[in-house]
Amino acid sequence: MSVSKEQLIDFIYDEVRMLDEGRYDEWLALWLKDGHYWMPLDYKQTDPLNVTSLMYEDLFMLKLRVERLNGARTFSQKPKSRCHHVIQRPYVDEMDEAAGTFVTTTFMHYVETRLDEQTLLALTARHELALVDGKLRIANKRVDILNSDAAFRNIQLLP
Amino acid sequence: MGRYADNPAAIKALYRGNEVHRDVYTDQEIYRLEMKHLFANAWVFVGHESQTPNKGDYFSTQVGDQPVIQVRHSDGEVHVLHNRCPHKGTKIVIDRAGNTGKFFRCPYHAWSFKTDGCLLAIPLKKGYANTGLENTENGKGMRAVGEVRNYRGFIFCRLAEEGISFEEFFGGSLSSIDNMVDRSPAGRLEVAGPPLRYMHHCNWKMLVENQTDTCHPMVAHESSAGTAVKLWEELDMPEGTPLPAAMEIIAPFMSPYEFFENMGIRTWPNGHGHTGVHHSIHSNYSAIPGYMEKMVEAYGEEKAKEILGENRHNTVYFPNIMIKGPIQQLRVFIPLAADKTIVESYIYRLVDGPDELTQRTAMYNRMINAPTSIVGHDDLEMYERAQEGLQSDGLEWVNIQRLYEEGEDFTQEAVENGTTERQMRNQFDAWVKFMTWDMDDVREAAE
Repeated sequence: MSVSKEQLIDFIYDEVRMLDEGRYDEWLALWLKDGHYWMPLDYKQTDPLNVTSLMYEDLFMLKLRVERLNGARTFSQKPKSRCHHVIQRPYVDEMDEAAGTFVTTTFMHYVETRLDEQTLLALTARHELALVDGKLRIANKRVDILNSDAAFRNIQLLP
Repeated sequence: MGRYADNPAAIKALYRGNEVHRDVYTDQEIYRLEMKHLFANAWVFVGHESQTPNKGDYFSTQVGDQPVIQVRHSDGEVHVLHNRCPHKGTKIVIDRAGNTGKFFRCPYHAWSFKTDGCLLAIPLKKGYANTGLENTENGKGMRAVGEVRNYRGFIFCRLAEEGISFEEFFGGSLSSIDNMVDRSPAGRLEVAGPPLRYMHHCNWKMLVENQTDTCHPMVAHESSAGTAVKLWEELDMPEGTPLPAAMEIIAPFMSPYEFFENMGIRTWPNGHGHTGVHHSIHSNYSAIPGYMEKMVEAYGEEKAKEILGENRHNTVYFPNIMIKGPIQQLRVFIPLAADKTIVESYIYRLVDGPDELTQRTAMYNRMINAPTSIVGHDDLEMYERAQEGLQSDGLEWVNIQRLYEEGEDFTQEAVENGTTERQMRNQFDAWVKFMTWDMDDVREAAE
């Protein structure tokens, strides 16, 4: 089975829609089990391990993050945050049909809001995707915030 | 004129031993006075020497609300200068870090200064001939802070020219920095990357108090740590499966009250103190292969075991930093306004230590202290709800009475039950001391 460029692009659109609509179980199911969601702290950071990042989470941590959002005593989510992605058409940077691996880069604006506050972030998301059992899955995802070195307030959902 | 300026009696009346008036958190005049008196008279953290390893290296930061530059001078010493051109006030350094070579040059009119602040040159200097510039304070160059001390790589300064000595100010509390640095087989730390930066709309002291608040983790962090424990149990791993590093870090937050009661709190004079006298949430991290051997090689077995047997939890260095010795983390709570604080969380690597330890520390930093942290989210929520709640006129006093005893003596080191709020009271005792240290008394002047 092969994957078209358009299918890769649709995948990225579908993923952000899941996040915006809070369909986290579906979103978690997109991930391969050894994948990492990486959000660097430094501009053009190359090392996720030996210096601090904003996030570098495996599937267990991502499940924990999602599970927590629905907890009865999740005080910072009373009331709940909402988020919204506006994305440009993703670039398909690499297509290795034989290996079934693909890389996309997507520029987006991310809005997160709760109570009277609203935060706007400019993002670059790099997806490593893999075709497994006929389905596209997320092998790794890197999200660079344009002003990653700024002093943020809470960012509670998933940019 | 405000209620508190030049009025030491009014400052002293804000702290009653077992309670503190809300104005210390909400009043902008108090904030201004904290910057003028407390942050000038105390020894305040600036940075780590490894942030400026070479001659001419500088980094810019704040001591209280004062913009300063930490710079490595041509003699190899670290200096701390006010970040202000003596000419028109322009900040000499605008970026966060860099190398300035042998001198600073103001971008506005090219006045230049040696890296110890001394005036080097002024273009078209004949314009100042016979004007007496050399007799002014401004004509001498960039102003240095009152005093600087490099303690085992950590740079502290006192803004005031005169005042308490470094040794008297910190006393026995330096043992926590010693333990953190001794954990390197080479006896040295190096900063590992830039700090997390996290903006809070609350008073800086709420964050400092929370560092020794041992009755909040199992409540405020139930949503993160409690859920982590539950998810791990649901995985139903075989008996004896080692916890992944993330679980080693987060699960101890759910420890019961007895754990925190028994860990103990130690207080030192001048507002310093630490949790985790006997054990802490960092005690049961798994050993990293090869590390103990390196430590034994460097220090001998007895001393190596002594160093690694100490697992202090949070050490507060009054007024505004906290360090975690066992994981080489330092957090600085920089006050921007009565209701605005920026928190910078640094990590350090142990020179000659294993990378795995740096990696665990980096994981701790992002999991617990990032603006994207599921643990930090609930802390921020608590502080900001308090900042808003304190606007209520229903009650004006904040209670800090847990395990309070009348007539507590903070001039002596003490070890007590790990859930006492004595360290918070210790901080306010020091707060009054350094707020009123050099404060004129309007009432005396009127007499």
